[in-house]
Amino acid sequence: MKARVYVTMKKGVLEPQGRAVARSLASLGYGEVKGVRIGKVMDIEMKDVTEERAEKLLEEICQKLLANPVIEDYTFEIVDDRKS
Amino acid sequence: MKGGVLVFPGSNCDHDCYHVLKHVFKMDTDFVWHKETSLEGYDLVVVPGGFTYGDYLRTGAMAKLSPVMSALKTFVNRGGPVIGICNGFQILLEAGLLPGAMMANVSLKFICDHVYLRTETQDTPFTSNLQRGSVLKIPVAHYQGNYMASPETLLELEDNDQIVFKYCDAGGNVVESANPNGSVKNIAGICNRERNVVGMMPHPERCSEPELGSVDGKHIFESVIDSLAGKVP
Repeated sequence: MKARVYVTMKKGVLEPQGRAVARSLASLGYGEVKGVRIGKVMDIEMKDVTEERAEKLLEEICQKLLANPVIEDYTFEIVDDRKS
Repeated sequence: MKGGVLVFPGSNCDHDCYHVLKHVFKMDTDFVWHKETSLEGYDLVVVPGGFTYGDYLRTGAMAKLSPVMSALKTFVNRGGPVIGICNGFQILLEAGLLPGAMMANVSLKFICDHVYLRTETQDTPFTSNLQRGSVLKIPVAHYQGNYMASPETLLELEDNDQIVFKYCDAGGNVVESANPNGSVKNIAGICNRERNVVGMMPHPERCSEPELGSVDGKHIFESVIDSLAGKVP
């Protein structure tokens, strides 16, 4: 089973890299870009788990390691690779 | 009296900390490899700076899972003094031994410079020889030193006198222009509620001998050694 985890800076936390990228886009002439926030995507492969169990484990590992809940939010999704 | 300097893969200020304890203060000192599971017999533990595990995922995020960290928690729970310097501070934050988190410097630049710190509290084993308001000149060298905490945590830090050092100018004024990295409220160092764990971004071990241009860092080690010897109430 494959899962994709997204870790992003919490709302209201200044994200300096995104701000720098937004400025660069503005200097390239893309005035339409209002803001950029950079986060992380992690692709995770799991074995011997049901979807329900996988979601429980993903929640746990996000809390314990993948995200720092002080500054980051996380979401994840199960990617069904059996159909592809 | 025995000091332990933790060594993780990627620690690089371990030798400097060891040198200060062992050769400047003549303290019996060991390097303690991160796979160790006990800190029995140590009176002081230093979590040194560096780039543990290449700063993968987040600074300190991997190191917090090393076996020695459970031993460190036991050491902290029985009141042992611990100082985390730079990456050591980041590790203590990730491990939950200190509140808050570190982010990239607002400038997005690695900063290697001397900064001034104002001592905010005398009430920790590492600042007991200093006065509240004392100004220290100590070098910083970091990319992720932008301290951040929730408004509730900041309020707690202030209410419980847990802010240990703030970035200031040479005259001891805590002003925005003296803030090298964007840290909230110019925070350079904090302690836990029980006061035995201190984390700071600047490097006192790099300025503890006259040959290095400043001995301001020495006061921090001297304080804890005197505290342990019972010279300070």
